[in-house]
Amino acid sequence: MSGGIFLTKSIKKYFALFALPTILVFTVIFIIPFLLGVYLSFTEFTTVTDAKWIGFGNYVKAFSNKDFLNALWFTLQFTVVAVITVNVFAFLLALMLTRGKKGTNLFRTIFFMPNLIGGIVLGYIWQLILNGVLMKFEVTLTVSAKYGFWGLIILMNWQLIGYMMIIYIAGIQNVSKDVIEAAKIDGCTRFGILRNVTIPLVMPSITICLFLTLSNSFKLFDQNLALTAGAPSKETSMLALDIYNTFYGSVGYEGVGQAKAVVFFVLVALIALIQLAATRRREVEN
Amino acid sequence: MQKTRGRDAVLFVVLLVLAVLFLSPILIVLMNSFKGKFFISDTPFYFPDGQTFIGFKNYTEGVAKTGFFNAFGMSLFITVCSVAVIVLLTAMTAWYITRVKSTFTRLLYYIFVFSMIVPFQMVMFTMTKTANILHLDNPLGIILIYLGFGAGLSVFLFSGFVKSIPLEIEEADLIDGCNPVQSFFRVVLPILKPIAITVAILNVMWIWNDYLLPLLVIGTEYRTIPIAVQYLKGGYGSIDMGAMMAMLVLAILPIIIFYLLCQKYIIEGVVAGAVKG
Repeated sequence: MSGGIFLTKSIKKYFALFALPTILVFTVIFIIPFLLGVYLSFTEFTTVTDAKWIGFGNYVKAFSNKDFLNALWFTLQFTVVAVITVNVFAFLLALMLTRGKKGTNLFRTIFFMPNLIGGIVLGYIWQLILNGVLMKFEVTLTVSAKYGFWGLIILMNWQLIGYMMIIYIAGIQNVSKDVIEAAKIDGCTRFGILRNVTIPLVMPSITICLFLTLSNSFKLFDQNLALTAGAPSKETSMLALDIYNTFYGSVGYEGVGQAKAVVFFVLVALIALIQLAATRRREVEN
Repeated sequence: MQKTRGRDAVLFVVLLVLAVLFLSPILIVLMNSFKGKFFISDTPFYFPDGQTFIGFKNYTEGVAKTGFFNAFGMSLFITVCSVAVIVLLTAMTAWYITRVKSTFTRLLYYIFVFSMIVPFQMVMFTMTKTANILHLDNPLGIILIYLGFGAGLSVFLFSGFVKSIPLEIEEADLIDGCNPVQSFFRVVLPILKPIAITVAILNVMWIWNDYLLPLLVIGTEYRTIPIAVQYLKGGYGSIDMGAMMAMLVLAILPIIIFYLLCQKYIIEGVVAGAVKG
């Protein structure tokens, strides 16, 4: 322990070299803009320097704004459907790919690949394909919000299934073969093993994947912009896109945009806190 | 035995069909990139034929329209420099705040972790203004901006790893007469290599594909690849589909090459980042 203090003492002198550059940049680029953002949400402004305090006015405007409420509802629906579909498919794929069969690695490589492609590119790839399919029914993606909604769901599945699959595979491979053998000897059916042995033991992976898909879906922007850009009118705008349009779509709404952004931040932080609580509780149980 | 073999065959066929389904979007885009622009939206699922095939014309037009090679160079420059700066500086910071225990360093650690949950839209406007005021709105300045935004996750991942390194190694080095700077670069940094790869991979994937941040900060003068692709969507929603297909292929190609070269690190890095993050 005394050695630890010796180490601390000798490193401490090098604060300016080791820690200061990152802290300085982090303060200027993140901390100050964050605090300024919270403050500006209570003001009226067009540039940062002409802010006038107006209290909760921007928040009142945000919550009486039809586009914002629509975006909030669209985002919530999208997130629920995306989280369920992505995780179910990813888990099934992971089950199929953990049986030690031929070609497993190649399949894994293929399924994971879409995850590396950026959101803008993904959006335009699926715009081509979905419009191609919808053409057979003489409509396009932007005719009705429901096409945009399911289009985004398909896109999100294509992008995230492989990623979640990889995490599930890691979890399933950690389940010891002995436990499964024991269950078999006890006369468990295949489904019984899955339900009573595998799923409880990969619970940590499930928590991680649920929250990864949750926050990825909730914060979606690039894919939304490229696939429909909110069309028709603003019916398929998600929260992030609505905030962007409020800031840069028209002059005079910067305060409202910032208030929407704070609400968005609070919701994302809430999701993160719930995740933290869920992870903690699981650690206590184990 | 017969039964399992039959089941295996079914499983293999199911996986094969799924793999083809997963690859088909990319192959369809590739196929369409060789067709004339007016044949793409109408018949996206047909192979190019004598009438629709136009060779590499979409590519030459798309490259000219978007300045693709400049955008590629810009993306490469920003990604490589930012990731190098992030990995080096946040490793040093994480080592410092983990080894020097005080209220200040503990507070710093929590602020870094906190920044991970703040969505970009929260600081989008104020950060862009700050960048303008400080003249960080250029390809060099944006490297610092990426350091600011990447610091949270990177410091968090490095700190977790540093905690697992026994103090004795560094102490022995210090007692041997090395100063902490030598000790960090000679002893600590090599030990950090696995987590440094994870941090680098996660940041590469983020920065290379990032659209909104570079658009807001340097977008009026410079284009990265995502900005170049989005640029093809004209002012009134009209898109030159031919050029778009070619640009999509060119945008995906570097990613696939990178993936095939570093597949093992990418998959491991993503899993490690997810489990801790």
